[in-house]
Order: sequence, then structure tokens, then C-alpha cells
Amino acid sequence: MAKDGSQGMSALLEPIALANRSTITLAEDIRADNETLSPVRHNDVMPAIIRAEKFCLYYGVKAGVKDINMDIFPQSVTAIIGPSGCGKSTFLRSINRMNDLIPNVRSEGTLYVNGVNVYDGRINLVNLRQQVGMVFQKPNPFPKSIYDNVAYGPRLQGIRGGRLDDMVETCLKDAAIWEEVKDLLGKSALALSGGQQQRLCIARALATRPKVLLMDEPCSALDPIATSKIEELIVGLKNAYTIVIVTHNMQQAARISDCTAFFCMGELIEYDATNIIFTKPSRKQTEDYVTGRFS
Amino acid sequence: MITQSANLLRTAAKFDRPLLLTPAQDWSGWLLGKTGRALLMIITGTSVLAVLLIFVFIVREAWPFVQAHGLGEALSSTSWYPTRDPAQFGMLALVFGSVQVTFGALLLAVPAGILIAAVLSDIVPFRVRQAVKPIIEVLAAIPSVAYGFFAVAVLAPLMQEHLHLSTGTNALNSAAILAIMAVPTIVSVAEDSLSAVGRELREASYACGATRAETLLKVVIPAAHNGIIAAIVLGTMRAIGETMAVWMASGNAAQIPSPWWDLTQSVRTMTATIAGELGETPVGSMHRHSLFAVGLILLVVSLAMNLFTEYLLHRAKRTSGVHA
Repeated sequence: MAKDGSQGMSALLEPIALANRSTITLAEDIRADNETLSPVRHNDVMPAIIRAEKFCLYYGVKAGVKDINMDIFPQSVTAIIGPSGCGKSTFLRSINRMNDLIPNVRSEGTLYVNGVNVYDGRINLVNLRQQVGMVFQKPNPFPKSIYDNVAYGPRLQGIRGGRLDDMVETCLKDAAIWEEVKDLLGKSALALSGGQQQRLCIARALATRPKVLLMDEPCSALDPIATSKIEELIVGLKNAYTIVIVTHNMQQAARISDCTAFFCMGELIEYDATNIIFTKPSRKQTEDYVTGRFS
Repeated sequence: MITQSANLLRTAAKFDRPLLLTPAQDWSGWLLGKTGRALLMIITGTSVLAVLLIFVFIVREAWPFVQAHGLGEALSSTSWYPTRDPAQFGMLALVFGSVQVTFGALLLAVPAGILIAAVLSDIVPFRVRQAVKPIIEVLAAIPSVAYGFFAVAVLAPLMQEHLHLSTGTNALNSAAILAIMAVPTIVSVAEDSLSAVGRELREASYACGATRAETLLKVVIPAAHNGIIAAIVLGTMRAIGETMAVWMASGNAAQIPSPWWDLTQSVRTMTATIAGELGETPVGSMHRHSLFAVGLILLVVSLAMNLFTEYLLHRAKRTSGVHA
């Protein structure tokens, strides 16, 4: 059963697998010389843009994630998969410190973004969140106009006038929604469909000129057509941004990501090139999960 | 094929409870529905009718005064001497007193109320909010005569002593006590609407690099504006309709202070005039009818304010989220 499943998956993933094969080495090679799980050999490529070292996050006494060692590389899509409550969203929200809003949160270990530990007391949260943007599970546009939604971040940075108009247009274009809304910029964002709202939220996140985009199950509230639009968009954005995406949809992870991390019970079980996770995972737990035999 | 599906229709499964109503069930159900509906209509109609009848009653009692003197004349004079001969029924000072005290109270209560609501909903930890909010709401349940007593016994001497005023019972005192009475209402309603703004919107704002203050001012308060306007309306209604506390605290002088914005002089409100004088007027006297005319003005002013805020709410709803 398991074998059949993974072989089926491998056939499905063939194009992606081919595309990735040249740049990626097996995880086992790396584990020998570096504790941090990484699908890419360090001396081959650029340094990691996000690096977790023994990172733990506790809600009160309960651990949300524990002992995460993980490198995320620039200009790629990294998917985080795993069962509900496994800590994948917690880890994602740790990267831009969104968990700060929850009372009694405590972290251990380090989480570097571009070489800086974001849990350093001296961190500038405004600059961190501007450069590590976030798209949420449920489309959450402000009850303002489409224009004001995208302009929200830039206005906070003091951008006004013609430059702001240009930025709004660029971001809406980058989020592949400009053609649909260019005549309705003054209309309320709440009048858009769910899929449009989510692309608007992506445009809003892009407007703060981030380097990293964190996406927390961005398609889970959308229909398949809207989902495929967002997926196309994500793949297109990969060239300019580093994207980390949490998803429950394993086909989605397989379709759009370069690397995939499998979380379970707050721990990082396996992290590797996406085609390897889905075809030749080295851990039994991962194989059970990706083939649907997880219990 | 056809016979098969017909069979399926007839005997697809054994339903052990009948799917059709018996005639008795059908009839009693119809009767129950009708009587229930009629009962609810009667209850609703009674309450609507009661309000209408109060309005009719006030108009009827005020009518002799309106016929004899006219509201225009009454509203253009400040001389309220209903027991003199000839009697003078200038109500402008009373209307002004009500408006001045109410706006004075709102000037204090609205910023304070919204600020406290914002602090409770977005700044302090959840547990503090859970403890503080009920305490503030209890303030709304204190009888107004107790507030009036506080105004006369505590605020008045304080004002005389520290502000060197000739009298401690004045418009400022009334406005202050009314503000204290209106704040719990404003806080409670405004806090509910601020808390009702979802965590999603707050997170979206923080994720754009907004600070707590920016999130509160640019996202949370605009998103909750309906509830905040409702809070202000309720606070205003509480202030304009309040009788006992302002009666005790205002000094009861039917005059327009000079200059008119001077809050440190004694005033008298419409509500206090009605409460104070109605018991001493013979039935059928012009004085009594004039007091009903004051009541009519009060009713119309409250109604107008209600409609105005309805209009504001409507406009806010229509334009919310539209780029100016």
C-alpha cells in the first residue's frame, strides 16, 4: 500500500522532481556535518535567510514547538506540512513574532532572520514585520477601500501621493488582481470574493516591501479555482521573495514548493527537497503522513 | 427500469413514524401558530402603543399652552416666571441649560469613555479587563439621587474652595456629575464593540508593521465606529434625560449665563423644572400646561437627536470603507 502510494505520488511529481534534482542533495549527507536539517548543501548556495537553532516556543507550560533546527533559503518556496496542532502555524508565526500577541508566550533557542536573532530584546518589531510579511488563513482585509488596504503599510512608512499610487498599482499587479479591481479602487474591500480578498491581502503584504512572505494556509478558505490562482501567484513570486507556506493540502505542497518540512507534535520530523519528502522520505512517520496512513 | 424506480418510491425504506400530519395535528398546529402569532403581536403592539399614547398625552396636555402662547414665543424669551402676574413662560433659558449641561457632560464623558474602552479592550491583560469592566458597569446602577448627593456634598464645596466660585452648584458641577454617570454606559457599549473587532484585523495590522497605537487608531476604532456612535448616543440620552442629579447640582437658576459659555454659573434644565414644579401646579392651570410644553420640547429634542444619530449611523455604514 505504502509503496503504491508513494510511487503514484512520484509519478505525479515528476516535473517538479526533475526541476529540483540538479540543485538539491540528499539530507543524509548534510546531517553528518551539520546539526541543522537542511535540504541544500551549505557551501553550494547562498546562506539561509531564516535559521532556527534549538528553537522552542511555549504557551505557558505547553510547548507549541520544540527543538526546531531548520534552514530556509532565499528565493524559494518552503512548505510546512503536518497534522493539525503539530506546531506548524506556531513556528510560522514565530518568524515574525506574531505569537507575541498571545499571553504567556515564552521562547527558547534562537531564530535568525537574515543573521539577526528575532528574539533578541533589541529587535525592531516594526522593521521585522515590514520585511517579513504575512498572509493569513482567513482573508482578513480591513473594512476600508481596496486602495486603502494596500496603502496601509506604505502609509505607516510615511509614503504619500503619487509614489503611493504607483506602489498600490505595482502590488496589485504583482498579486495578479489589478485587472479585476483597477476600476474599483475606491470600493470596499469587503465586496470582493474570498479569492480576490486573499489576493488583496497578498498585495497588502507585498506593499510593505518584504523580503520574506509567510503564508498560513492561505488557500484553506478558498475554492479550487481561487486556490489555483493563488498557487500560480506564489510560484511567480518566488523569484523576488522567500516564501514559507503552511498547508494542509499535500498536493499543494507538492505542486508549488521546493522544500518541504514535516512537523509532528511540535517537532520537525523531516525536512528535505519536496520531491524527496513525497517520494523517498527517510522517516517512517513522514511516509505514513504523505501517503495518508497517518493515525 | 420504470417499474423498478416506482417500486423504489413506494418501499425504499420502512419509515416507522408517519411523514404526513393527521387532520387533527394539522388543525391544532395551524391554531397554535395563529394564536402564538396573535399573542406576540398583542405584546409588541401594546408596547408601541404605550409609547405613542405617552406622546399623545403630552401633546394634549401641552396644547392649551401652545394655543395661548405659542412655542415660538416661549422659545424666544428667557423669562421663566410662571407664578407672577402676569405669568411669563420664556423657556429658552431652560432649553439652553439642558443643552449646555448635556454638551458639557459629553465633552468630558466621550473622550474619557472611549479612552477607557480602548485601554480595556486593547491595552490591559484580559484578566484586568474581566475584573474592571463589571466594576465600571456597576457605576451605572447607582441611583441618580446618590450622584446628586455626591455633587452637592462633595463636588460643590470642592469647587467653591479651589475654583473660588460664588456657588458650587452650577453648570460645571452638573456636567461633571452627568459625565460620571454617562461614562459607564459609554465604556460598556464602546468596549463591547472594540472587543468585537476580530483578532484577524488586529493581526493583519501588526503584520503590516503597525504599532499598537496605530492599530488602535487606524484599524480597530474605525472598524468599531458603529458601536462607538451607539455608545455616544446612549451616553447622550442618559445625560439629557437625567433629572435628579442635575436638579441637585445645577443651582436651579433659570438664566442664560453671560457670557453664554461660562460653566461656573447656576443654570436650570428642562427636566429639573418639570420635576420641581409639577407637584405645585393646580390641574388645568396654564403653569401646568406650560410644563407639559417643556416636556414636549424635551421629547422632540431627544427624538431629533435619535434620528440624527440614526442618520449618522446610516451614512457611516454606507460610506464605510470607501476611499475619499
